[in-house]
Amino acid sequence: MALLPSLRSVITHQLHHRPPPPPPLLSIASFLFHKPKLRRTTCKNLSFSFSSSSKPITLNPLATPKDNTLVFKKDERLVADNGESEEKAGTFSTIAAIVTSIGGPPGAVGIVRLSGPMAVDIVGRVFKPVKKKKKKSSGSGSWRPTSHVVEYGVVLDRHGNVVDEVLAVPMLAPRSYTREDVVELQCHGSEVCLRRVLRACLEAGATFAQPGEFTLRAFLNGRLDLSQAENVEKLISAKSVAAADAALAGIQGGFSSLVTSVRAKCIELLTEIEARLDFDDEMPPLNLNLVMDKIHAMSQDVENALETANYDKLLQSGLQIAIVGRPNVGKSSLLNAWSKSERAIVTEIAGTTRDVIEASVTVCGVPVTLLDTAGIRKTDDIVEKIGVERSEAVALGADVIIMTVSAVDGWTSEDSELLNRIQSNKKSTESSTPMILVINKIDCAPSASNEWNKVGNSFNEHVFTCAVTGQGIQDLETAIMEIVGLHQIPAGGRRWAVNQRQCEQLMRTKEALVRLKSSIEEELPLDFWTIDLRDAALALGQISGEDISEEVLSNIFGKFCIGK
Amino acid sequence: MATHNLNINISGRLTRHFFTPLLFIWAAPTRAGTRTRTRVLPIRCYLRRASNFSRRFSVVPSAASASGSPEWNIDERFDVIVVGGGHAGCEAALASARLGAKTLLLTLNIDKIAWQPCNPAVGGPAKSQLVHEVDALGGEIGKVADMCYLQKRVLNTSRGPAVWALRAQTDKREYAMRMKNIVESTANLCIREAMVTDILLGKNDNVEGVCTFFGMNFYAPSVVLTTGTFMSGKIWVGRTSMPAGRAGESASHGLTENLQRLGFETDRLKTGTPSRVDLRTVDFSGLEPQHGDEEVSWFSFDPDFHIEREQMCCYLTRTTKRTHQLIKDNLHETPTYGGWVEAKGPRYCPAIEDKIVRFQDKESHQIFLEPEGRNVPELYVQGFSTGLPERLQLPLLRTLPGLENCSMLRPAYAVEYDYLPAHQCYRSLMTKKVEGLFFSGQINGTTGYEEAAAQGIISGINAARHSDGKSLIVLERESSYVGTLIDDLVTKDLREPYRMLTSRSEHRLLLRSDNADSRLTPLGRELGLIDDRRWKVYQDKLARVSEEKRRLKTVRISGGDLAADVTRLSGQPVKDSSTLESLLKKPHIQYEILDKHGFGNGLLSRAEKQCVEIDIKYEGFIVRQQSQLQQMVHQQHRPLPPDLDYYAMTTLSLESREKLSKVRPQTIGQASRVGGVSPADITALLIILEANRRKAQEQMRHQVLASVRADSNQQSEGPLTETISS
Repeated sequence: MALLPSLRSVITHQLHHRPPPPPPLLSIASFLFHKPKLRRTTCKNLSFSFSSSSKPITLNPLATPKDNTLVFKKDERLVADNGESEEKAGTFSTIAAIVTSIGGPPGAVGIVRLSGPMAVDIVGRVFKPVKKKKKKSSGSGSWRPTSHVVEYGVVLDRHGNVVDEVLAVPMLAPRSYTREDVVELQCHGSEVCLRRVLRACLEAGATFAQPGEFTLRAFLNGRLDLSQAENVEKLISAKSVAAADAALAGIQGGFSSLVTSVRAKCIELLTEIEARLDFDDEMPPLNLNLVMDKIHAMSQDVENALETANYDKLLQSGLQIAIVGRPNVGKSSLLNAWSKSERAIVTEIAGTTRDVIEASVTVCGVPVTLLDTAGIRKTDDIVEKIGVERSEAVALGADVIIMTVSAVDGWTSEDSELLNRIQSNKKSTESSTPMILVINKIDCAPSASNEWNKVGNSFNEHVFTCAVTGQGIQDLETAIMEIVGLHQIPAGGRRWAVNQRQCEQLMRTKEALVRLKSSIEEELPLDFWTIDLRDAALALGQISGEDISEEVLSNIFGKFCIGK
Repeated sequence: MATHNLNINISGRLTRHFFTPLLFIWAAPTRAGTRTRTRVLPIRCYLRRASNFSRRFSVVPSAASASGSPEWNIDERFDVIVVGGGHAGCEAALASARLGAKTLLLTLNIDKIAWQPCNPAVGGPAKSQLVHEVDALGGEIGKVADMCYLQKRVLNTSRGPAVWALRAQTDKREYAMRMKNIVESTANLCIREAMVTDILLGKNDNVEGVCTFFGMNFYAPSVVLTTGTFMSGKIWVGRTSMPAGRAGESASHGLTENLQRLGFETDRLKTGTPSRVDLRTVDFSGLEPQHGDEEVSWFSFDPDFHIEREQMCCYLTRTTKRTHQLIKDNLHETPTYGGWVEAKGPRYCPAIEDKIVRFQDKESHQIFLEPEGRNVPELYVQGFSTGLPERLQLPLLRTLPGLENCSMLRPAYAVEYDYLPAHQCYRSLMTKKVEGLFFSGQINGTTGYEEAAAQGIISGINAARHSDGKSLIVLERESSYVGTLIDDLVTKDLREPYRMLTSRSEHRLLLRSDNADSRLTPLGRELGLIDDRRWKVYQDKLARVSEEKRRLKTVRISGGDLAADVTRLSGQPVKDSSTLESLLKKPHIQYEILDKHGFGNGLLSRAEKQCVEIDIKYEGFIVRQQSQLQQMVHQQHRPLPPDLDYYAMTTLSLESREKLSKVRPQTIGQASRVGGVSPADITALLIILEANRRKAQEQMRHQVLASVRADSNQQSEGPLTETISS
């Protein structure tokens, strides 16, 4: 406060002595008045007093935002009726994720965190406080927690079954990590428990958080300081995750083929309906029964998928490890030795493995899926070629890549080529999947470990193994745990995340289709159907935010003879 | 943001009260001097645009035009100049003049003001919403269409209220005449015939006026260009072409090159119009008639213009096997398949040959025969535009049932013209390069009178506000079809003529015709385009609708004829003591049922009853959409600083860096709609913005503190002013 008088003197000084360029005045003004509202009015006044007495100032037209009055008025008829519509809408949706590490040995406690304007509402829907049962017998779900006061209760799934007993820790805005309403549910540490609680939250309306999204929100809401900002940028690997998810979803099935086909059906229906709306008199009438059949079939598909998908089994798959390498270095032998099975066919012929072969092992209590891949090489064999493509996709989507070479052949030029290829793939998706070099067939060649140190720079670790005797597999497991321990795979294995996302997409679709069916039952006109069809198509989008309108329009023009 | 506010105020004030007069005195002679450069003599054949020498007009370098000594100059100074008298130009000029700006409308031919060179019709799906919205803002198109309709129909009546679409067939000549009368009798508005060939620029890349072909300079701080199909226009019939803006009217030359010289990107588009036949030679007896609605609906919210007229009939015919054969035999004679026109035509308005080639399995296509006026024998053959040479056009027409003996009055032709991809405009429709220069209508790549009018009124409003030193307005996408149209134009890189469609709006249910007034009339009032009488009409209507909804909530019925009727129609039982509101919510129950049983309100007009019915019937949907929209709006309307260096943002993908630099979006929402910008890019952008904000804040605090410290030690303030201004 002691500074104020001197500041004022600066202002008067400048105004009296010479007309200076505007910015410094403003910066002082804004410094004086912290509230943005005050700041704006001050500026205006200043500018008026100013312009009357100054010479023209050169303006860069690019830098003058003439368009500063944006008009979005509410419909007066609506406002008149409903008064002020509720201002619950925050800037963001409400997200949820498991925030304690999973994939390691189970801890005693794990945490599911929700953040966003609807966090309290959503928890209110799944969480039932155990005490004071009689007091709130109405059970309307209006949970009104006191900030920073822990409550004990249970989480219920949508059928009302108890999923887990939990402690709910509400931290209301702005006194939270993200400066939004945050609720943390402290559950039992087992993965299955945590994931069921998370699923309940997602079903109640939360969105599955992207990796690093809590931190991102904390930053965007002004929470972290600037030095942490650079880290946030690295943290957001949304792009790479999306790319890898797409690649992985392509080969792994899961729900992905269903998601794609249901989305295509939604767009097709939208096309049919929209064409009638915009080009009414040029189109043959729509066969409503056919449309309804399609909608029913679609929602049946979605429902079945969600019902029958063995969700808990899905939950239990943890890390994913891809074994890559050029042909005939012993990848399949390694898989067999590791999984103590004859899962993969092993021959002397290069190119024996043509598809991705899975085997499950447990490493230090963590479920791990091993993916044996076709040897990567240039080939004209169509089947093998597809195998090679799949290998690359698997490598892109895996949590750890094991590159296998043969100790007999040493590091060859093909190996270098392969390594380059993987690395450039990784670069293009900006992923930082850890890589382990496995030097196999160590029994057939003298170990010259010096040779491998040179190439070892590209890898996080290198291990010598003999797939035939099982030698070195223990070392490999240790190496993996070390790396995984260092890298803290976000929100569990990536594969799980992919399927979780698809599962969420299907859930949203189901909701939209339920609404759509009720519109049909209420005999609402055709254009109301598009609202929920659009929602469904959006929910099913591989990448959110895509422009459905354009897709539908080009379909219309491609498919129908329209226009006068 | 704060600094920018300041800039606007200064620049606005200065251009109006300070800059213009000053510049006029010494800028005018200089400009006149440059005008004397020689032009090339007539060249008959049309060369490609690439060469700057292809002008076919001659200007004899004369001393008279060069020596514009001040004392001979009549004051040709205006607040706003509108170039072009089409549907965009008229709305722009009217809005500007009505806002009090001294406005000049320059047009190539005064007799062709508000001409409808293609189909004389207004409205249709999505387009009707535009007309209602322009009317709600205080525009003219809806009133004129209401006054001179030949036939009116509401399309899509079996669908929901969001896609109901009023379409009017209008009397082409009467329409133009009425609009011309309005333009001529509006205060503050002058009209002049002229061909504008250049833009006069001020020192700061601001517009100062325009320069015409015959050497006149007109001065104004705001200029609206609505060139339509005239800029380097060229019409085609078969393989033969001539420079023309439309049949019988000369094109405008020179402006494109001069805009290119200023750094504007231009491109070429194509559109077409079918032949007209003499209705006295058509045998209507075998054709399916299409009558107008018995109860006429209106575009305008102003009841003073609701004057019913006798309606005319349209007819339906179809293409035949012979039509298809004739076209297939002569495909090489069409521009697209013969390959001599490469400019892109609209997908939604394909020539008949395109339809036949692309949809081989369709045996027949609908053709509509629509009258063009009460006193002219011309018939518009809708759905039958073609690029075939004239000698084949009549035989082609005669393959249609009913037209076997027809005579053709005008041949079908296509027109090619220059447009400026609209990413070069802000959403206020002011160009980014030249301050005070606005584009509207087909110059921005749209088609349609309604699209033109919608842009026209916005650019007219903004041109007037700019000349008055006021901030410009932008209608957000979520507010209206007008906003959606402009947002699409400036955000998406469009390369075909843009037509409004209801599916282009994500918020269709909220942007209906019936609520266009309650969405936009308050804004029109605020801007100054809605007078007291009209404002009272609006408020009274709103009060009546609101009161009626309250009444329906409270009046209850038990049993009786009404209940029985409702049960029968909806197939749902009516509980005892049901409110009238709950009855209206049932399927197939309309307000008319209440009227029929004496429960209606006789004071309400049909449109008002419709408002009541819609609000009640679809309340759930409307409220849900409204809250979704509110949620989105918070995030999407975050402004982006205009001077962001996207190329320096390495966390953005290369493609989005390029696209964002080109489009320079004004809000986060707009950025997310730019093609090629992924959600991940938007996240990265948000991070950068936040980081920049904090850096600036830190820096500012640091510097102010430092300077204050310095200031209190020794009375020097020098470094302060220098450093912070960056």
